[in-house]
Amino acid sequence: MSFLQSLTDRERVFDFLIPASSPVDVRHGPILYLEDVTVSFDGFKAINDLNLTIDDGELRCIIGPNGAGKTTMMDIITGKTRPDRGSVWFGSRHNLLAMNEPDIASLGIGRKFQKPTVFEALTVFENLELAMAADKRILPTLTARMTGETRDRIEEVLVTIGLTELRQRPAGILSHGQKQWLEIGMLLMQRPRLLLVDEPVAGMTEQEMERTAELLTGLAGKGKQSVVVVEHDMGFVRSIARTVTVLHQGSVLAEGSMDQVSNDPKVVEVYLGADPDEEAA
Amino acid sequence: MHSSTSWLARPFRERATQLFLGILLASLATVTLLNLALPAGHPLHVSTYTVTLLGKYLSYALLAVAVDLVWGYLGILSLGHGAFFALGGYAMGMYLMRQIGDRGTYGDPVLPDFMVFLDWDSLPWYWLGFDMAWFAFLMVLLAPGLLALVFGFLAFRSRVTGVYLSIITQALTFALMLAFFRNEMGFGGNNGLTDFKELLGFDLRSDATRLGLFLATGIALALGYVLCRAIVASKLGRVSVATRDAEARTRFLGYRVERFQLFIFVVSAMLAGVAGALYVPQVGIINPSEFSPIFSIEIVLWVALGGRATLYGAVIGAILVNYAKTVFTGVMPDAWLFALGGLFVLVTVLLPKGIAGLLAYRVNPQRSARKPDDPSTSPREVSA
Repeated sequence: MSFLQSLTDRERVFDFLIPASSPVDVRHGPILYLEDVTVSFDGFKAINDLNLTIDDGELRCIIGPNGAGKTTMMDIITGKTRPDRGSVWFGSRHNLLAMNEPDIASLGIGRKFQKPTVFEALTVFENLELAMAADKRILPTLTARMTGETRDRIEEVLVTIGLTELRQRPAGILSHGQKQWLEIGMLLMQRPRLLLVDEPVAGMTEQEMERTAELLTGLAGKGKQSVVVVEHDMGFVRSIARTVTVLHQGSVLAEGSMDQVSNDPKVVEVYLGADPDEEAA
Repeated sequence: MHSSTSWLARPFRERATQLFLGILLASLATVTLLNLALPAGHPLHVSTYTVTLLGKYLSYALLAVAVDLVWGYLGILSLGHGAFFALGGYAMGMYLMRQIGDRGTYGDPVLPDFMVFLDWDSLPWYWLGFDMAWFAFLMVLLAPGLLALVFGFLAFRSRVTGVYLSIITQALTFALMLAFFRNEMGFGGNNGLTDFKELLGFDLRSDATRLGLFLATGIALALGYVLCRAIVASKLGRVSVATRDAEARTRFLGYRVERFQLFIFVVSAMLAGVAGALYVPQVGIINPSEFSPIFSIEIVLWVALGGRATLYGAVIGAILVNYAKTVFTGVMPDAWLFALGGLFVLVTVLLPKGIAGLLAYRVNPQRSARKPDDPSTSPREVSA
C-alpha cells in the first residue's frame, strides 16, 4: 500500500487506496444514507423507493405496521439482503452494497436482533470478550491473551448494561431482559458507529423497559454512537424518540417529532386502517 | 510483548489437566513397572500381550479426543473420523511394508508381497518415499490433514452442517472403504498391509518394542490432550463453542466461521491420523475395515458414553467401552453389539452427560448442575 501511495501524488489520496476498514467519513453530516432502495421478493415489493438519512450521533426510531419493511431495511444495511436497485452509503466513503456481512460488521455497524441470541454456554464476560473489536482471524484468536485494557473495556460495558454482578455466570441463566442488555453490550464491545436495534423491549417488564430507555438514550450522541431503533411499543418510542420515521409499504410515510407524526392524518389512517392492536400498542 | 506460544502453556496451569496428566503418567509408569519388574508368574504381572492391548486402547482414546474436539466443542458430528484414523494407519503401514525389504515371502527387495502376487513390476508413484521414516511420519499428518482440508473446505464453505454433514462424512468413509478394498488401488485390497517386521530398526515382535509403543502412545495421548485443551481454553475455543450454539450469530460478530470450523476439523483429523499410526504397529495390520461406517459411529458412542465436551470423558469412554468389548467378545462374541446398544440406551437415559457428568456431580453437585461447557443445554443439540 505504501509503495502504491509513493507512486501517486503526495497530496492526493485516491479512494481506491483507502483501505476498506478505514474510519467512516461523517464530515458531511449523515452516517447512513439510503437512496431509492427497492427490493422485491417474488414480485412483492418489501422496500419501495426508500430514502432515509441518519445523522451522526442521532437516535432515530422507526415505526410502522407489520410488513412495512422495517426488518428488510435492517437486512439491507447489514448486507444480509441485496436490494434490486438503489444505493446505501455509510458516511460518504463506504458503499455498503459492495461489502459482505463480516466486513460491514467490522466497519462499525452493529445489529441487535429481535430475538436475543447470546451464547448460552459461555459466561456473560466471555460473551462480551468474543464480541470485542479485535483481530478475528484464526491465529490471532488462538494466541489472544486477556490484557488489562481488554478487561477494563469489558468491565466498563458490564457497568453500562448493569450486569457486573452476573459476569461469571453462563448467559443461559439470564432473564429475557438481561439477555437483551447483554446483546446490546455485545454490540458496544465492537465499538460501533451505528447501532441497529430491532424491537428491544418486546416481552420486557415495565422496569426493564425504563432501564432499556435509559440505556439507549445514553448511548446516542455526537462522537459516540448513532442509534436506530425499530419498535412497536408506542409508549416506549414516545419515551426515547427525538425523531420518528414511519414506514409504510416499503417507503417513508412521515418523518418528524413524535407529536408531529402522531397527528399526521396519513399516519393515523395507516394505523387505524391496519390492525387495531397496532394502534392500541 | 507476550510470546505467541503462551496459549500452549495455558493447560498446564489448569488443575483438571494437571490431574488428568498425573493419572495418565502414573498409569503408564505403573504398567511399565508391573511389566518389567515382576516375574511372569506373579499375580500382579502385566503381560506384554496386555501392554499391547492397553496401547491399542490408548490410541483409541486419542482418536476419541479428536472426535470430541469437533463434536463436543464445535458441534460437528463427524461420523467419518475412522477415515482419518485409517489414513494415518495406512501411511504408517506403508512405511512398515517398505521396512520389510527382501524378508517378505517372495523376497523382492522393493515390492511388498501383494504387489509381487499381482505381478506388478514397479512401485506405484504414491508408494515412493515411504521407505524414509520422516516422510512416512509427515504423511501420517498430511494425508488425513489434506483430506480434511479439501472435504471441510467444500462442506463448510457451502455451510453444510448438522445432520447433512454427518451423512456426508459417513459417505466419505464408506467411499474410501470401497476404494481401498480394490486391489488395483495398490494398498493390498481387502487383506490390507500386514506381516510387519520392524519400526525404526526395532523388532516389532520384541517385548521392549511393544512396551515402547505403549509408552509412545500414552505420551501422544498426553500431548494430544494438552493441544486440544489449549485450543479449547483459548479464545478460539470460545469462538468454537459460540459457533456450536449459534453459528449465524458468531458469523455476525465478524468471525469467519467456516475458517474456524476448517481449522479445528483439520487439527482433529491430524490427531486421528496420529492415533491410527500408533495403532497399526501394535495390532500388526491395517485393512479397509477401519474405514467401515460402523467403526466411525462406534467412536462417537465412546465419546457420548464418556461425556461430550469434556475431553477426559472421551478418554474414559474409549478405554471403558473397548475394555468391555474385549471382555464381552471373549465370553459371548455374538452379544457384544447388543451390549453396546444397551449400554448406549442406558447411558443416554440415565446419564445424559455421560460418565464425566457423573464424576463432575460427585465432585461438586451444585456447580455441575449447570456446567458452562455443557452442550445439552444448548439449542443446537437437537440439530447436531
